[in-house]
Amino acid sequence: MTLAPIDPAAGPAISDLDALEAEGIHILRELAAERERPVLLFSGGKDSIVLLRLAEKAFRPGAFPFPVMHVDTGHNFPEVVAFRDRRVAELGERLIVASVQASIDAGRIADVSGPRSSRNQLQTVTLLDAIAEHRFDACIGGARRDEERARAKERIFSLRDAFGGWDPRAQRPEIWDLYNARVRPGEHVRVFPISNWTELDVWRYVAREGLELPSIYFAHERSVFKRDGMLYADDPVIERLPGEEPFVTSVRYRTVGDMTCTGAVRSEAATLEQVVTEIAATRVTERGETRADDRASEAAMEDRKRDGYF
Amino acid sequence: MATSSASAPVATLVHGLLRVATCGSVDDGKSTLLGRLLHDTRQIADDQLDHVRDVSERRGTALDLALLTDGLRAEREQGITIDVAYRSFETPRRRFILADCPGHEQYTRNMVTGASTADAAVLLVDARHGVVAQTRRHLAITALLRVPHVLVAVNKMDLVDWDGGRFAEIAGDVRALAETLGVEDVACVPVSALEGDNVVEPSTRTPWYDGPPLVTRLEELPPESDDPDGPLRFPVQLVIRPLGEAGGGRRYAGRVARGTVRPGDAVVALPSGEEAVVAAVETLDGELAHASAPRSVSIVLDRELDISRGDVLCRTGAAPALTRELEATICWMGERHLRPGARLLLKHGTRTTRAIVEDVTERLHLQSLLGAPAPDGLALNDLGRVRVRVAEPLVADPYAESRAAGAFVLIDDATNDTVAAGMITSTTG
Repeated sequence: MTLAPIDPAAGPAISDLDALEAEGIHILRELAAERERPVLLFSGGKDSIVLLRLAEKAFRPGAFPFPVMHVDTGHNFPEVVAFRDRRVAELGERLIVASVQASIDAGRIADVSGPRSSRNQLQTVTLLDAIAEHRFDACIGGARRDEERARAKERIFSLRDAFGGWDPRAQRPEIWDLYNARVRPGEHVRVFPISNWTELDVWRYVAREGLELPSIYFAHERSVFKRDGMLYADDPVIERLPGEEPFVTSVRYRTVGDMTCTGAVRSEAATLEQVVTEIAATRVTERGETRADDRASEAAMEDRKRDGYF
Repeated sequence: MATSSASAPVATLVHGLLRVATCGSVDDGKSTLLGRLLHDTRQIADDQLDHVRDVSERRGTALDLALLTDGLRAEREQGITIDVAYRSFETPRRRFILADCPGHEQYTRNMVTGASTADAAVLLVDARHGVVAQTRRHLAITALLRVPHVLVAVNKMDLVDWDGGRFAEIAGDVRALAETLGVEDVACVPVSALEGDNVVEPSTRTPWYDGPPLVTRLEELPPESDDPDGPLRFPVQLVIRPLGEAGGGRRYAGRVARGTVRPGDAVVALPSGEEAVVAAVETLDGELAHASAPRSVSIVLDRELDISRGDVLCRTGAAPALTRELEATICWMGERHLRPGARLLLKHGTRTTRAIVEDVTERLHLQSLLGAPAPDGLALNDLGRVRVRVAEPLVADPYAESRAAGAFVLIDDATNDTVAAGMITSTTG
């Protein structure tokens, strides 16, 4: 290894990104030490890409003490699925794909259809089934407190009951960095190492670490159509309504989710620096701009979390 | 499509992170202050503001910035704040994480939680009412948790006609109270959260005040570092066994709790007492010449010791005696009363051990912190002093010397609930 110099004039104080990184590493190591069967949830999005980096920082030169799992709705962007497979293979870690299509085929859930349908909600059943099948007792997720108001009140180590439900009124106090990861049989804990990061922190970290992202995060020509003020991908998985005519324009994605509920933004930002500049100047939150699932009601996220969503 | 790789240089902030607990109730105008803080530093996005406007209109009220900060359905329905909320904001000079502690319900538990990680606390006082019972409780908890800096925002100055005499009177009361409680660094700022005076922008209506606005004060607080010159305490979180021969020997992974670790340091692993020399302080990015709190690193020793999670590396000659019995101040957070003889789990650093609360010696007054006998033990949200015996020895320091090395939590292993926050006052073998 090479010696990383420290500027003596800088003193013991560390930068904000270093402080957030140190906290994230500490959280992952606490979890790995305290729970027997954790899993890291990986969507292929920028937040979970940061999680993989933090896991490298926490556990190399050893192996990750947990597998990586993707809940695949079958309606994910093909670029993201390809990226997922390549990234996990590069790391030499184990990938589990929990498939919503398999849950439908097994009769666990009924598929949805129609122009406004989305498999986003169906993910919860597949996730909870996978947790039960693999007997996972902890799920590491990339949720951040700045994303949504209910998340601002969620603990870093957040208990889920046997039904995967979150009870916001029965949260354990979380004091200093002395996390309580204890669960009873059937329960599990959701752990959010980047709780205190903002969207901009994530982008700055991606830049600093030189992390590779799926191509859809950068401006590209895509055939899209407009609905409710958002731009959706023109793809067979989304049925268009009369009058929703597709057109080709330059877009990028700000979040990576199921194609049926994730909108694109018009952008010419083709490099990381251009994207960070745009994000820093934007006046709309990422979930408000590009996520149909959070627009459903005033408490949409809280309701889904109570039902086991991450 | 080709995958784009991230290699462009983007300016990284290096101005550091400050964690701030904000304490007060809706009546003091805390939600308005937070809204003002976020709004005037341009942290509120258009869709968030639109949402607040929509809901305010539907309810027929004026623009209610509190809606930005009330996260849970029950809070919005009841118009109260239940839980600690964490939110971030930044200025060109510093990145902040606010732990927003509600003033009413469960205030002790919530404030202890918010203050535990805070580098600074902002307490709200209503200029019309001055120092009240709630102010005393909030200041007492910041004293107990040893929050290094306290800023008191004397709010609603517009409602006392910007009376400099009134402000001086309140500031005097705050200073006297801080002295009694042992709060070392306290400053008062006259503000109107409603009108924005002295929050982010300086006010022209307080010519008698020569200090900077609240946010400037927060920007100028010295950066917190947990005692880099203190004795080394490195609690081992886990042992990393490298994959394959080329990976070298074991690494002891953890976060520096106190002091600084350097290659060449002679260290002793406690409780075993085995000694070794630090061969390297590693991160994924390379070896470091030194690491202080709160960095997460991996330590390589010149020989392999029988070390596992919960053990602590200290500098040889600067290690504390092992603790088997301790006295502590605690905040009780359990639903059931704490009584002498209670058997619980104690988590200190990376060590979790069985513990017996042998005695509840005092219950503390929430405003003065003065002790009184505790014949009924401690109830939810009580503060008290206890004597605890632990099954496995701890490597601990008094909380007054080090927050990280002197703090613990108690866990009820029947319910798995975290039932107390503890601060060690003295230790014995």
